[in-house]
Amino acid sequence: MENHLLSIVTFLPVFGAVIIALIPKEKLDIIRWGAAAITGLQLILAIWILYIFDFASPEVQLQEHFAWIPAFNIEYFMGIDGLSAPMILLTALLSFLAVFTSWNIEKAQKGYFALFLLLDAGMMGVFSSLDFFLFYIFWEVMLLPMYFLIGIWGGPQREYAAIKFFLYTLFGSVLLLLGMLALYFISEPHTFNMLILAEHSSQFGNALLLGMNAGKVIFILLFIGFAIKVPIFPFHTWLPLAHVEAPTAISVILAGVLLKMGTYGFLRISFPVLKDATLWFALPLAILGLINIIYGAMAALAQRDLKKLVAYSSVSHMGFVLLGMAALTPAGMNGAVFQMFNHGTISAMLFMLVGVLYDRAHHRDIEGFGGIAKVVPIYAGVTAMAFFAGLGLPGFSGFISEALCMIGAFPVFTWITIFATVGIVLNAGYFLWAYQRIFMGELNSKYENLEEINHRELFALIPLAIITFFLGVYPTPMLNVMSSTLNHLVEAVKTAGMVAGL
Amino acid sequence: MNLNQIMTDLSYFIPEMMLTGILLLVILFDLFQKADTSIRSGYVALGGLILVTIALLGQDVSTSVGIFSNMLAVDPFGNFLKILVTVGTILVMWMSFNSNELKNRRVGEYYTLLLTLVLGMYFLVSATHLLSIYISLEMVSIMSYLLSGYLKEQMRSNEASIKYVVFGAFSSGILLYGFSLLYGLTGSADIFEIQAALSAGTVSPALMMVILVMILVGFGYKIAAVPFHFWTPDVYEGAPAPITAFLSVAPKAAGFAIIIRFFNVALSSAGNPNMDAWAALNNMDWQAVMGILAILSMTVGNVIALQQSNIKRMLAYSSIAHAGYMLLGVVVADQTGIAAVLYYAAVYMLMNLGAFFVAIHIKNEFDTEEIEDYKALGYKAPVLGVIMAIFMFSLTGLPPTGGFVAKFYIFRALIEYGDMYFWLAIIGLINGVISLYYYMRVVKAMYFGKIELPETVHHAPINITVLLCILAVPLLFAWMLGDPLSIYAQNAVQFFVK
Repeated sequence: MENHLLSIVTFLPVFGAVIIALIPKEKLDIIRWGAAAITGLQLILAIWILYIFDFASPEVQLQEHFAWIPAFNIEYFMGIDGLSAPMILLTALLSFLAVFTSWNIEKAQKGYFALFLLLDAGMMGVFSSLDFFLFYIFWEVMLLPMYFLIGIWGGPQREYAAIKFFLYTLFGSVLLLLGMLALYFISEPHTFNMLILAEHSSQFGNALLLGMNAGKVIFILLFIGFAIKVPIFPFHTWLPLAHVEAPTAISVILAGVLLKMGTYGFLRISFPVLKDATLWFALPLAILGLINIIYGAMAALAQRDLKKLVAYSSVSHMGFVLLGMAALTPAGMNGAVFQMFNHGTISAMLFMLVGVLYDRAHHRDIEGFGGIAKVVPIYAGVTAMAFFAGLGLPGFSGFISEALCMIGAFPVFTWITIFATVGIVLNAGYFLWAYQRIFMGELNSKYENLEEINHRELFALIPLAIITFFLGVYPTPMLNVMSSTLNHLVEAVKTAGMVAGL
Repeated sequence: MNLNQIMTDLSYFIPEMMLTGILLLVILFDLFQKADTSIRSGYVALGGLILVTIALLGQDVSTSVGIFSNMLAVDPFGNFLKILVTVGTILVMWMSFNSNELKNRRVGEYYTLLLTLVLGMYFLVSATHLLSIYISLEMVSIMSYLLSGYLKEQMRSNEASIKYVVFGAFSSGILLYGFSLLYGLTGSADIFEIQAALSAGTVSPALMMVILVMILVGFGYKIAAVPFHFWTPDVYEGAPAPITAFLSVAPKAAGFAIIIRFFNVALSSAGNPNMDAWAALNNMDWQAVMGILAILSMTVGNVIALQQSNIKRMLAYSSIAHAGYMLLGVVVADQTGIAAVLYYAAVYMLMNLGAFFVAIHIKNEFDTEEIEDYKALGYKAPVLGVIMAIFMFSLTGLPPTGGFVAKFYIFRALIEYGDMYFWLAIIGLINGVISLYYYMRVVKAMYFGKIELPETVHHAPINITVLLCILAVPLLFAWMLGDPLSIYAQNAVQFFVK
């Protein structure tokens, strides 16, 4: 059945951005509620997509084809499977909630929401396109609004953070472009269609590029491109800066959605298309995952800035995703994608909570608070919950996905997994220590009149809290969505490995 | 050569004859104008160029021919470039009408010189004989010297002109030396006969390399490739701004045309699409020379552009880098490579003229060329800011702008050609990342930083806004249309060969 749901979901925000650009800038409420309405509608559509999605099948569904540039065999090809469906839901959900987090943006609100909606469209496009060229266009289109959103509405060091983010990610993208073109010209007939590329996987292992195995060279090119987005150590240095300087809602989107694009790229392109190279690179990937887990956690432990702490915790959490997918076992793979979704919701909560505190205290120095649980009990309660979810306490979704990643990785990378457990302890360490310093002990007299969290802020947080809790108790619905696609992927990569005698 | 032959040849020469007629008409017309009304000569020139464009579009080039004893070629390739430079000149004239630098002075000569330059470029893009190449190259150069020194009372402008002359004379001297050696060795000045002589393989490769490098000096200077670029920043800064914009696109495109026609078509593959691009030169590593030239141009241009604070100088250095990207396409020099160069030249014309025109307007209104002074422009003049941002993104080569599509074609050609050019593609793409930094400095100045919102919003005059939109809008939609321009560029890769 041909329908255009995915195109509608993707281009709805573009339409919204145009509408917002036409509203006079004095009509602030209309602009905000307009953005909320557009993203709300998008969320409803995303839920509807998930509803009609047949998750028992690993096939790509809701396909849309349109010959875009026939001369180069470039197609406008959209479609979703069990890998992209959770990401589409996550993007729609966080975009909607981030609009409410952006309510207090102080200047040029019109430009802000218009750019925000363009960013939303770019993210949706990345997750629903199945033609590499189209994917690349969306991938890059996202950069521009992000650059402006950080550079204009960010913190004191915003200009530096914005250009650093832009340079890093553009550097990654050009390598992606090279890899993409190499794939195109090695494939016979030339195509950008990801599904066809995946079917012709063996061609790349046999070709030569720069005198080396083409599959491996392309894998490395794509790897760097995606690794910068994840970010994988040592490509992570843009992240703390961008996260800290970005306004709260944009940090939410950065951590919640943008980081997922890196790992999504691996699973969408690198793994299925370059199966041999994936097996060749699995061990290094697992080691990098371990480094991310440990390094991210250690760095978080050392932070005094709460937002930086949360930013580094993202580095650590994304390490579990890498470890899970490098294992190439059904449990690990499912755990990895589930962790992507969970980290999206949990880190979004954490960044929103940091934003709430910063809006009131105008600083984020962990040492500068103390005992404020007495003044703001509701805020303290919600934060406690989010921190527990972040450190992977059983009962929250993060626990399930991290456990799955470990279960999946243990038989394959036993020692790496054992070391990774240290990361969990460290995670608990920095979250609890930060909580203690901010909320417990003597009340810092400066914050006797600290204002309690308001309804709008709670409105953005509660859906995420419910999802985190629900999936922590009953993860099956989400795992059902993804498992058939992912199990199929694991099998395909393994079979290719057996054929190649690896 | 009999009279009938001349008459037949002239029938292929109608656009050039029209242009010559208009040129004379403008000179005559200008005699009857006073200083304050001399702008009317410009309107006549503009109208004339539009007519010539129509004639060029209507010209039947389906069969390529050589005219005047194969001095010139009339073929789709030449036709494409003639249209390109004419459209570029029309846009530059449009902006010249609005230039403060050219206000209150007699401008009849300005438009006459510009038209002569266009005529020179018509010959240059179709020249197939050493003599016609040299004469047309000089015709373009001398007009360029005059135009860059047009602001007689300004030191900067005089300096620009003198520097340009000195560098130009030196390069064409070397070029002529190369030509004379080539003539001496092959016994002919017709490039097809030279090709035949070279294919026979009697000339020693080492000597041939020396000759070709000498010729490359002459051509490389025209396109401002490193290391023949030293004149560029000073000339670009000193010349009247519309002329700078003009020099950075039109003569450059014409320079690329002669490089492609001379090195690739005539000397190597003789225009045979089934032959390897560098066949006649396969006993020397000519691609490597061109590849190194491309790398140097991109890298040096970009790295120096990073340090510029004056927008004209920044764009001058960045134009060197863009010459490098186009040279990458020349290195490949097969059908796709040349089509990519043509497409790039067209897109580059739109975005670079656009960026210069915004800079000219800012200079007119706010009297500054410093990037720092573009502060808060995005709020002071919202329309201008958005348009400038589009040009900057496009020059960087970010999707979804035309600049991206143009770069995509170049890199596609490189990678398609095979393994050997993969490194060139990597270096080229990384250069794109470097250029992001300085282009974004303009965007940063316009939008970022502490900003007091201005009380009044500046709106550019309607004719400038329209002109800028004509340049910017195609850039935004280049990727969506499935590219009629790229198809046109592909069809233009057909040469006259004897």
